[in-house]
Amino acid sequence: MSSASNTTTISPVGAPNRRNTELALLLFAVAIPLLAYANVGLAKHGSVPAGMLGYGLGMGGFALVAHLVVRKFAPYADPLMLPIATLLNGLGLVLIYRLDQEPSVTTPALGGPRAPGQLLWSGLAVLLFIAVIVFLKDHRILNRYTYISGAAALLLLIAPMFFPAVNGSRLWIVIPGVGSIQPGEFAKIVLAVFFSGYLMVKRDALALASRRFMGMYLPRGRDLGPILVIWAVSMGILIVETDLGSTLLYFGLFVVMLYVATERTSWIVFGLLLAGGGATVVGMTSSHVKVRINEWLDPMQGVAQGLASEAAQVRWSFGSGGVLGTGLGQGYSRLIGGIGVKSDYILATVGEELGLAGVMAVLLLYGLLVERGMRTALAARDPFGKLLAVGLSSAMAIQVFVVAGGVTGLIPLTGMTMPFLAQGGSSVVANWALVAILLRISDTARRPAPAPAPSPDSEPTQVVRL
Amino acid sequence: MSELTLTVMRLGFLAVLWLFVIVAVQVIRSDLFGTKVTQRAGRRAEAPARAAPQQQRQQAAPAQPRQRRGGPTKLVVSQGSLTGTTVALQGQTITLGRAHDSTIVLDDDFASSRHARIYPDRDGQWIVEDLGSTNGTYLERARLTTPTPIPLGAPIRIGKTVIELRK
Repeated sequence: MSSASNTTTISPVGAPNRRNTELALLLFAVAIPLLAYANVGLAKHGSVPAGMLGYGLGMGGFALVAHLVVRKFAPYADPLMLPIATLLNGLGLVLIYRLDQEPSVTTPALGGPRAPGQLLWSGLAVLLFIAVIVFLKDHRILNRYTYISGAAALLLLIAPMFFPAVNGSRLWIVIPGVGSIQPGEFAKIVLAVFFSGYLMVKRDALALASRRFMGMYLPRGRDLGPILVIWAVSMGILIVETDLGSTLLYFGLFVVMLYVATERTSWIVFGLLLAGGGATVVGMTSSHVKVRINEWLDPMQGVAQGLASEAAQVRWSFGSGGVLGTGLGQGYSRLIGGIGVKSDYILATVGEELGLAGVMAVLLLYGLLVERGMRTALAARDPFGKLLAVGLSSAMAIQVFVVAGGVTGLIPLTGMTMPFLAQGGSSVVANWALVAILLRISDTARRPAPAPAPSPDSEPTQVVRL
Repeated sequence: MSELTLTVMRLGFLAVLWLFVIVAVQVIRSDLFGTKVTQRAGRRAEAPARAAPQQQRQQAAPAQPRQRRGGPTKLVVSQGSLTGTTVALQGQTITLGRAHDSTIVLDDDFASSRHARIYPDRDGQWIVEDLGSTNGTYLERARLTTPTPIPLGAPIRIGKTVIELRK
């Protein structure tokens, strides 16, 4: 008689500890921006830029410290997030340095050279990343601060209203002599925490207490309250701060998380209807938004008079790059007017100098980062962690969509920063913190489950001598 | 700087950038975790040495009846999340339930942790017995109350899972 039972078993498999993979990828991710840096120097000045070794060692040092901290405090974390974030940040620094070499976009009025400042902010951001990994032992601690986060998010969103508008949008808190910070970047993290905590408690009420009408689940009136409040707040931001991008980000984040928490398609339909209706009304009334929409619908309208809109210039930039690009340092993105060439329109420089191939690679890197976040959400064992991972990664996905969609002409151009790539201190700090929280969740999710306690009846019966 | 160097650097940089993307995707490919499906039969055939303790255990079990001619030789899961799973019937008791030490671990919300067992009696006739489950075990349409012999091909329903004995 054969001894084997011919059975198929399905057993849980823990994720392996992938820290060495992370280290190898991280070295790769530090080498690529250095290559780009050398390329810019060779193209612009005919020589490898001075300080190349110093910058390389500095960047490698920061990456190594971040890696060692992850190795010590989050040993099971995802191996891809840190290298991808490092690569994008390094590429962003090189692109800003490259644009600093153009005198016409580095005038004192535009803030002079931006790369040193961005380097400083990146260093601070990595320090914050390390602090989050070290001090946030468990992401579930954030669950205790659900309503505090809600209040903080509201405060962060409202605060810029009391400061003067910069370039037509009230997005900044300006502290004279120190600089300006963009609280909206931090608001997306705090909002994701609030939504996760709120929806974790309310998901059943939102999903189950509904009436069926024409094949859709209609939520009860009182359950609609929160979504209407969030909608009103984001429309308020759109009207008062005249920023279309943030509105899309916050409202989109809320609809995505609501859908993930309740599995009800009707929320997406409602969300799209509300957002579409609101945007149409505001687009017809607000002059700032109206200009953007007109530029989007007809970017070439002023060209005949010699007044090409920024939207048109950005598209020319992409066009002149072609498939393989003109090469780093050899494009003409300095010709894009306005102030956004190093921040909002940095993807146009990627498009011109690295071509379609480069833009696709960069977008794929964002895609991989978001995918790792979603994978973390799937693997997370607690509902709060699941929702938070979905929220953080979809916030990043929506932000990339809004920026990339804006510069490529899919949606109206809005003032938002490309995460990690674009010049902007608040943005780079907030996004490193976001990646740190995702890493913390993925460490908890991938950590092997503790061995189950032995069941009492599996122990052999023993004779106990008294 | 010569045109050639810059062209080589431009294309080389794109190649390196894409190499990173490809390596990252390869890392994801090798990073699978979650649940693993193991075909035990193949592994045992390669390692006959492992059969020894198994045999000892079976000999220790009481009253191993000979297999009857014309009787069922395998148990097949025909519905539910484990559809397609087969277990060879070789005189051993098969336990079904959500408990991790069951022969067939049911991933089914309606199953109890120790739901039912299937065993051969002294004549080699296969019997199904409900182990006091919450939602019951059904043979054809009837809920089991006592250990019952299983006709060939009769569906045994546990929650959303249906199993049957086949030749």
